[in-house]
Amino acid sequence: MSDKDPKQPSRRDFIFLATGAFAAVGAASIAWPIVDQMNPDATALALSKIEVDISQLERGQAITVKWRGKPVFIRRRTEEEIQMASRVDIDSLPDNNARNYNLSPDSSASDENRALDENGEWLVMVGVCTHLGCVPKGQSLGDSKGDFGGWYCPCHGSHYDTAGRIRKGPAAKNLDIPAAEFINQNVIRIG
Amino acid sequence: MFKLSGYNFKFFILFQIIFVLSFSISAYAAGEQKRVQKHDWTFAGIFGHYDDAQLQRGFQVYREVCSSCHSMNYVYYRNLAEEGGPGFTVEEVKVIASEDTIIDGPDDYGEMFERPGKPSDTFVSPYANQNEARASNGGAYPPDFSVLAKARSTLRGFPWWFVDLFTGYQEQGVDYIYALLNGYSEPPKDFILQSGMHYNEYYPGNQIAMGQPLYEESVEYADGTVASVEQMAEDVSAFMMWAAEPKLEIRKQMGFKVAIFLFVLAGLLYYSKKKIWARIEH
Amino acid sequence: MSKESTYIPKSGFSKWFDQRLPLPRMLHDNINAFPTPRNLNYWYTFGGILTFCLVTQIVTGIVLAMHYTADAGLAFASVEHIMRNVNYGWLIRYIHAVGASMFFLAVYVHIFRGLYYGSYKAPREILWILGVVIYLLMVITAFMGYVLPWGQMSFWGATVITNLFSVIPVVGTTITEWLWGGFAVDNATLKRFFSLHYLMPFMIFGVVILHIWSLHVTGNNNPVGVSVKEKQDTVPFAPYYTVKDAFSLVCFLILFAWFIFFNPNILGHTDNYIMADPLVTPAHIVPEWYLLPFYAILRAIPSKLGGVLVMGAAIAILFILPWLDTSKVRSATFRPLYKQFYWIFVVNCIALGYLGSQNPEGLFLVASRICTAYYFIHFLLVLPILGLVEKPKPIPESITKAVLEKMEIRNMKEKSAEA
Repeated sequence: MSDKDPKQPSRRDFIFLATGAFAAVGAASIAWPIVDQMNPDATALALSKIEVDISQLERGQAITVKWRGKPVFIRRRTEEEIQMASRVDIDSLPDNNARNYNLSPDSSASDENRALDENGEWLVMVGVCTHLGCVPKGQSLGDSKGDFGGWYCPCHGSHYDTAGRIRKGPAAKNLDIPAAEFINQNVIRIG
Repeated sequence: MFKLSGYNFKFFILFQIIFVLSFSISAYAAGEQKRVQKHDWTFAGIFGHYDDAQLQRGFQVYREVCSSCHSMNYVYYRNLAEEGGPGFTVEEVKVIASEDTIIDGPDDYGEMFERPGKPSDTFVSPYANQNEARASNGGAYPPDFSVLAKARSTLRGFPWWFVDLFTGYQEQGVDYIYALLNGYSEPPKDFILQSGMHYNEYYPGNQIAMGQPLYEESVEYADGTVASVEQMAEDVSAFMMWAAEPKLEIRKQMGFKVAIFLFVLAGLLYYSKKKIWARIEH
Repeated sequence: MSKESTYIPKSGFSKWFDQRLPLPRMLHDNINAFPTPRNLNYWYTFGGILTFCLVTQIVTGIVLAMHYTADAGLAFASVEHIMRNVNYGWLIRYIHAVGASMFFLAVYVHIFRGLYYGSYKAPREILWILGVVIYLLMVITAFMGYVLPWGQMSFWGATVITNLFSVIPVVGTTITEWLWGGFAVDNATLKRFFSLHYLMPFMIFGVVILHIWSLHVTGNNNPVGVSVKEKQDTVPFAPYYTVKDAFSLVCFLILFAWFIFFNPNILGHTDNYIMADPLVTPAHIVPEWYLLPFYAILRAIPSKLGGVLVMGAAIAILFILPWLDTSKVRSATFRPLYKQFYWIFVVNCIALGYLGSQNPEGLFLVASRICTAYYFIHFLLVLPILGLVEKPKPIPESITKAVLEKMEIRNMKEKSAEA
């Protein structure tokens, strides 16, 4: 009935190969949902972009919003703060990278590359110290702003300037600027 | 000769018999509860799918009529724009959400405050909690709609419960809801209706605390469909089914692919088995 | 296990490894080369299917536990979160829920196969007893698992069954409150049920290892019930039975997939989509279908203590089955009288299942009592007596002879069909 010669590959081996391949595809297809369920779920993804109404913010004021579980500092800078940041020689900065998600990865840390808008008024940064993850002080009126007038991390003494760039202390990188844009003059979308 | 029918089918039947006979239990009261008829639903059966326009109309009925008493706490506004759903756009969903007021907080002063809804919020609830709901409705709790279509069922009688197993009919819940919404009528002469209750042909015990919610033209449909009671009942029931089973379409589509895959694999394994066993006498 | 190993390491690595931990050898001896009777039919593939079901439940269960919250205020919502928000959460949840039913379907086929072919008889008594232990652990695991979604049936099923412990004289109420962690089924109960439900499948896994080990000591039984006498009675497990098990598994998966994708909730109860409410009892409290026969037995007895004892006895009696059946012949194929009583017993169990779903009153109650009585009559009267009075059909001398006889009959039938 069937071909008993083990030397001939022909249809007998093909069917085993096909079966094995099919079974492997099946195993991979069931493995994917098991792996994917650990990825961020729909509620996390829904909050992966937020819209913030900044119409009430006056110059010199700052708010902190929660985005993807982390604080985001939004500051509407005064002219003085913008000047302080623009005057700095960027080659002397400990970190000369803009760390701005909205620009190319090798952009320099000039004040224009740190601000969200053309005027330089709006600074939007992830409020997590790039050293070991504490939340720097500087958002509230009574907070210490560090030696450079921006933010100061009390955990290990990192000082950030008015553009959120690291100037002194153990942190190696400037505060991250997340994907952000003005969708109209009152609302910033982050993420 | 393909022997699949041998053991598997026998057991399939035996198992189904036990199973189905026993599943016909829950919410059926003995007595004058009228038998619910099977209704045609676009989402029933192997190729079931939702009708976007129907879901949008159903959502409108829910929003304008039902949501004043019934919450839908597990459904998010963003679900309205997701695949397999009513098919609103992301912008439309933002508007719908913002029309509702959500209580959020506490703020920096420790107070709860109100804000317009966002797509990432769950549907706003008409009452703060079950107690408030009961107090506002004469002690009766208007059930949450999120999974209500799966929390109700009907006794279909032989042979339908048997057929349902093979056709994958899971719509007994919406059949009941549809019947209930259409089932308000005058009580028979000798029926004693408690005060505050209403007569319904399909509700167990025939007395329901909810007054008839839908009347002709209760809602003016945005797409111009005539808003008869049957139409609104059907649309809101379909919407409730979506709310209970938002993944229905993807589930059935995936099931179809899985079934084809398994049949092919079974065939390949059958021939592999035959080839291997041909080596010996058996 | 007493046989010499036929393992030959194929590579330097496998030889090196095998010298330090004889795992490759053990796998080869027990899976690849294990001599298995050549006449096993498809009823014998359910052991493999059960192993697959156990692994499936464990994998999906662990994944669900990453998203589930075992708290009375949050459990129901967390299950809805899984269904709606977790990637493929709906799929994993339905696989786990339907999987429990499929697990029990397979275990009942497996048990009834054993009853038919006398697989519980000497020398496989321990194998059988380990199997009953696995079944008992499965029942407890499934019962606790069903409580976790915290629906109406979860809560009230838990209440009814845990209340049964109060029948124990003197210490009953204390034990029940100890089980509950309170004065009723509540948050404390739910939390401990979650912990134990996570634990028990691994206990099941351990007993399954013992079960397979003891099977490999005695070797498999087979449809004619005649012990293995010569080498040609058997074939190596791989590839003959690996491919047969695989084919059977895929057919089983077709049924499994049908339920998951096209009717996932029919095996459950609609009331479990209503959040648990300690102040409202559902009209009919019923367990899942696979526990219905025991539920029928429990409610058939008028006294609460009696019901619990008889229900317990219904499982306990399975432990002593190898000694109740006095027949020297294993397989029902050669026991014409037993064959008939076997099928009556099967119908009796199905009837008990149906009766478990109905209200225990009127005709249903009478029927439950008759069927419960018959259940025990089957084990305590029919089996012992039958073995002594039955005249079995002539048994084949060996497995090979039985296989050859069957082939001859088949060939003759084909010839006469052609003629």
